[in-house]
Amino acid sequence: MRSLPAIGLFALAALPLPWLTGSGTVLNLATMVLLFATLGQAWNLLGGMAGQFSFGHAAFFGTGAYATAIAQIRFGLDAWSGFAVAILAAVAMGALVGFASFRFRLRGSYFALVTLAFAEVARILANSLEITGAGVGLLLPLAPGLDRLQFADKAGYYWFALVICAGGLVLASLVRESRLGARLAAVRENEEAARALGVDAFAVKMQAILLSAGLAGAAGAFYTQLFLYLDPHIAFGPQVSVEALLGPIVGGTASLWGPVLGAAVLQLLGEASRALTGGATGANLVAYGIVLVLIVRFFPDGIIGMGRARTADARGVTG
Amino acid sequence: MLEPSILAASLIHGLANGAVYALVALGLSLVYGVLHIINFAHGALLMAALYAVYFLVERVGLDPYAAIPVLVPAAGSVGYLLHRYVVAKASRGREEAVLLVTLGVALVLENLALALFRSDTRTIETGWAFEMVAVGPALLPAAKLAAAAGALVAVLALWAVVRATDLGRAIRAVAKEREAARLVGIDVDHVFALAFAIGTATLGAAACLLLPTYYVSPQVGHGFVLVAFTIVVLGGMGSFWGAFWGGLLIGVVESLGGLFLGESLGQIGIFAIFIATLLLRPTGLFGRAV
Amino acid sequence: MLLEVEGLSVRFGGLGALADVTLGVAPGEIAAVIGPNGAGKTTLFAAISGFLRPQAGRVRFAGREVTGMPPERLCALGLVRTFQVTRPFAGLTVRENIAVAAHLRHASRKAALALAERVAARVRLEDRLDRPAAELTLAGRKRLELARALATEPRLLLLDEVLAGLNPAEVAEMEPVIRGLRADGITVLLIEHVMQAVMRLSDRVWVLVGGRIVASGSPAAIVRDPAVIEAYLGRGAAERLLREDALAGGA
Repeated sequence: MRSLPAIGLFALAALPLPWLTGSGTVLNLATMVLLFATLGQAWNLLGGMAGQFSFGHAAFFGTGAYATAIAQIRFGLDAWSGFAVAILAAVAMGALVGFASFRFRLRGSYFALVTLAFAEVARILANSLEITGAGVGLLLPLAPGLDRLQFADKAGYYWFALVICAGGLVLASLVRESRLGARLAAVRENEEAARALGVDAFAVKMQAILLSAGLAGAAGAFYTQLFLYLDPHIAFGPQVSVEALLGPIVGGTASLWGPVLGAAVLQLLGEASRALTGGATGANLVAYGIVLVLIVRFFPDGIIGMGRARTADARGVTG
Repeated sequence: MLEPSILAASLIHGLANGAVYALVALGLSLVYGVLHIINFAHGALLMAALYAVYFLVERVGLDPYAAIPVLVPAAGSVGYLLHRYVVAKASRGREEAVLLVTLGVALVLENLALALFRSDTRTIETGWAFEMVAVGPALLPAAKLAAAAGALVAVLALWAVVRATDLGRAIRAVAKEREAARLVGIDVDHVFALAFAIGTATLGAAACLLLPTYYVSPQVGHGFVLVAFTIVVLGGMGSFWGAFWGGLLIGVVESLGGLFLGESLGQIGIFAIFIATLLLRPTGLFGRAV
Repeated sequence: MLLEVEGLSVRFGGLGALADVTLGVAPGEIAAVIGPNGAGKTTLFAAISGFLRPQAGRVRFAGREVTGMPPERLCALGLVRTFQVTRPFAGLTVRENIAVAAHLRHASRKAALALAERVAARVRLEDRLDRPAAELTLAGRKRLELARALATEPRLLLLDEVLAGLNPAEVAEMEPVIRGLRADGITVLLIEHVMQAVMRLSDRVWVLVGGRIVASGSPAAIVRDPAVIEAYLGRGAAERLLREDALAGGA
């Protein structure tokens, strides 16, 4: 477990932030960075590691978010059980999307489109069904307390997010250094060759999407606890899917830390563009779009890849 | 609700809508067929075109149909520049890169619109647009009929361009065999950009035809993106008439779906078809094997 | 017989690529499939190794029916193929490339990486272990294809033109490696165009022309078989050669 010390160091370094800053804004920002770092890490399990680019990760995020909300509001479960339910529900969603896509050998653009379609279907269903509150959404009653996973002050949420983010890092690290990680890389580089060498590409991709969906669901559940309000657009909308993929792409999909770095860069960029334009809606997404094009053009390996010797050409060779 | 005349009316509405959908999808299909790229910015570009028509009508006083000869070349030029200097340069042909770059373009366009125009939906007033015309058992707004007719004309014009002109031949050559086309002296980058330009030009026409009975808002493109993709996939990526018949079919499905399930859930019918097609018959009803 | 192919037929739409192909490979043998370009040799490999489903015929491996089984399952059973146009995992190092294959029978990362190193030494790639696979020369890539296949610890190895594109020195380097596989209990079926190598390496040769087996036997017998000569040199060539031989003998 090569990266474990580094992850520990990261967690240790991030731990004292609430004591170092009195600013609620900074703490909020940091919490959002951790949230999106987790979501990005989840996306990257499927995208960077397995090479399957999902454009609809909101489907898993939103499922987790709604699952815990519904479990608490409609079924009276406590927040911890709700959290577990959220992860399971998201995994189930991952199984559905994964089975449909990989069983039918969808790849590349087709896979991206299908994930987009699933996210949209989820949004429409959430918008129409009573159990999800239809267009009005769901509101969690305010009730600070550990059993409800609601915290009286922002620090509590920050540390909660830190735990989840660290968990995501550990998960990703475990995968990277395992047989699964090696097989995912092989499938990403050349699926046919991998199959010829005994790798069950379908099984391996399924494992990746299940893990990815579960982690994304955890991020979604955290979101519900943080904001206590959910609607179909917030949970399943395109901006979630965009944030999920943008962080890793900007930060670098090949590295464990890419999603974290990317999330930090994007959140800061978002704040900067909001400040520059006096809070115009969508300003941050304009910045995101520009950054995306620039990164793809000049730094396809992301920020972390900037220093690396490995070039885009190496990846382009298929033999 | 199952009364034949109501069903027939819904069918006719669906066909009218479908004709315009087909026009929108054709641009996408052409771009895919030639460039093998899935243009995520297609919906956002339509939105931009709709705003362009809107402002031409409101500020310059142009009739939306008279705007067609203005908007088509303008949209085409924008598309040309966009492909040649942004998409092609950034992606260098890699499939995932193209997806991301066009996504980036879509993000910028949509959110610029959001920042500039806010989320209000805007519509235009044309005196005669909502006069009802009887088509069989259905009552269609005149402008919707005009849109359907205009779309059919545009489709035929597009067909003529692709089949009968030198440009069309060059495009087909490049689509089939890029290196060979380069060897016989065709400027491939230029032709690619032109193909993309034709794709956006069709959006210019579609916008002019749509606005009288529709509306424009920054998010309007979203409604069209997945519908257009569904049509393209259903009809077969790159198949001209596939996109056309697919468009009509989807228009009908949407109309009937809305009739039985209500507007919101009716949309699911479209996505269900989309997913099912991708899973079961990714080459579409008319397409060739990918 | 380790591999038995019976009446195998493959069609692509209206085009027949393989017609009623029957052959067998005995354990410990090095057998070769030769034939002019387009004869269907790679198609044969694809059909045997699960990348193509045959329209007719059967494949049996170690007595077990395996027709149409997916490649990954066949690999687990001990049947592995290499690709004519090499397919390295370009973004990974040579060591990581081979380790993926080693993971078939070794779950532990450590064990897989260790096996990768040993196999790399077998094919003389040990000095390139930590370089990206994309950097390898053609000869290096061919050796990597072989190394990856070996790391799956196969019983039967299908080598698709592993010598193609190599210069004579490189071919000379590869031959002993292939010959040495027998000592490790690996049976080999190879597709090759490099005739001298085929003659030197194989115990048995199968000749595929136009999707059909037209001759089989020892290398020496094959070279004199009229059907084979015709396939390579054209119709009437066998007779012509016989006449020239007779004339030369008489002079």
